[in-house]
Amino acid sequence: MQRQFEVELEEIKVTILSMAGLVEKALDDAAGALGTLDKELAESVIAMDEEIDQCEVEIDRLATEFIARHQPTATDLRFVIVAIKLGPELERIADNAVNIAERVLNMSKYPLLKPVIDLPRMLGLAHAMVSDAVAAYVARDAVAAREVIRRDDEVDALYLQVFRELLGLMCEDPNAVSRAIDLILVARFAERIADQATNISEEVVYLVEAKPIRHVNLPEEE
Amino acid sequence: MDMTRNNASKGKERGIFQNPFDAAPTGPDETPLTADGTALESRGLHLYYGETHALKGIDLGMPARRITALIGPSGCGKSTYLRCFNRMNDMIEGVRVEGKVIVEGADVYRPDVDLELLRKRVGMVFQKSNPFPMSIRENISFGPRMTGVRGRGKIDEIVERSLRQADLWEEVRDRLDHSALDLSGGQQQRLCIARALANEPDILLLDEPASALDPISTAKIEETLLQLKKLYTIIIVTHNLQQAARIADLTAFFMLGEVVEVDDTTTMFTNPSEAITEEYITGRFG
Repeated sequence: MQRQFEVELEEIKVTILSMAGLVEKALDDAAGALGTLDKELAESVIAMDEEIDQCEVEIDRLATEFIARHQPTATDLRFVIVAIKLGPELERIADNAVNIAERVLNMSKYPLLKPVIDLPRMLGLAHAMVSDAVAAYVARDAVAAREVIRRDDEVDALYLQVFRELLGLMCEDPNAVSRAIDLILVARFAERIADQATNISEEVVYLVEAKPIRHVNLPEEE
Repeated sequence: MDMTRNNASKGKERGIFQNPFDAAPTGPDETPLTADGTALESRGLHLYYGETHALKGIDLGMPARRITALIGPSGCGKSTYLRCFNRMNDMIEGVRVEGKVIVEGADVYRPDVDLELLRKRVGMVFQKSNPFPMSIRENISFGPRMTGVRGRGKIDEIVERSLRQADLWEEVRDRLDHSALDLSGGQQQRLCIARALANEPDILLLDEPASALDPISTAKIEETLLQLKKLYTIIIVTHNLQQAARIADLTAFFMLGEVVEVDDTTTMFTNPSEAITEEYITGRFG
């Protein structure tokens, strides 16, 4: 017979995984909406945000009750702490998918400034980072998590490239500014999603190795 | 809580040996220490109950004026280990001890050890509170009287100081001549702590002191111990892992007569090194 303790841990994990599934669906649909300027798909991304928000609330509830009931230690303690941190990260990724969907709705009102090629690519990279970070969490794989963290630089570089390109367009043509801003914002949201995948991966390393690795490189980056 | 210590009689009778020249070295406040601040230590300690090998070569040092928790499943040897430090195991027939048990730099199994002095220096509190069927005052003054303290003023001073240190004074100051058996379970246990403190020990050994108490009394005992560690070296055997996590500076995990792991308590409860420790503290066995 499985102990109540294990049943409750499993319930927290399953809730995180179903939340991650919904978040990935939101990212898929946001990317689809962006590629084809599909208003209906964009609206469906916005509509599913409420369900994702509720998952975060549910993870908090489950984790809080678990701590109160079982006073977990060691790996179990880190697992629950990480669950409490993963909820908000996943929720913010979904918020960024919504932000992108809202930009798509705006973009669909006007002719495109330029074909969107780099943006879906950026979003694809960010999405893959989210998927791999969640997979690393499930497998408790710190090596895979560190690999995800390394990929953040690639997305950052793409963001800078897109930003510069659009800045150039705006300088050349003031009429392009509002449409270019939509595109810059989409790039910015994709870049944030990659950051949030990085945050999840850092939590996975903490879960496995009990070592906090957040902010360790900050001084070098400044 | 009065956390001053009566040092008037300190400096005398520091050693536990009958020969005064063997007295252990003392620290700045006259608390005897080994060079690295270790108050209690065992080296290669084996203990046998007849044929049963209960402790299997324990090497462990416990720092002065800190709380060290000994945890582990029932029968792992932690209480047996605790009782080596004031030689309580001597009272059990068929017990044989090998290796060294060192209290403040002195080997307590040397033949010329004065057991009365040793037990005065190393006080002990048990799972079940065991007040003497006497008044509260007599419970506290019993030990000092036995070791020759005389005079009402002196005795009253010890009674008040000990009860204050055990955080019991305010609750009993008006009924010191009432029977100790009228106190609640939690108060009786704090009385036993006060009784141990009345002998001016350096070290307090506690064998599951709160396991029979309600959560409020338990919290009071824990608060008392956190205050007492400023002056005393405290070793506590506990089955309550959260209690160890709350109050201990150092935690040692015992299993089958061996120390599996010893580390600072935070590390022990967030990231133990040994898989078996993790299984125990997460409740997967034991």
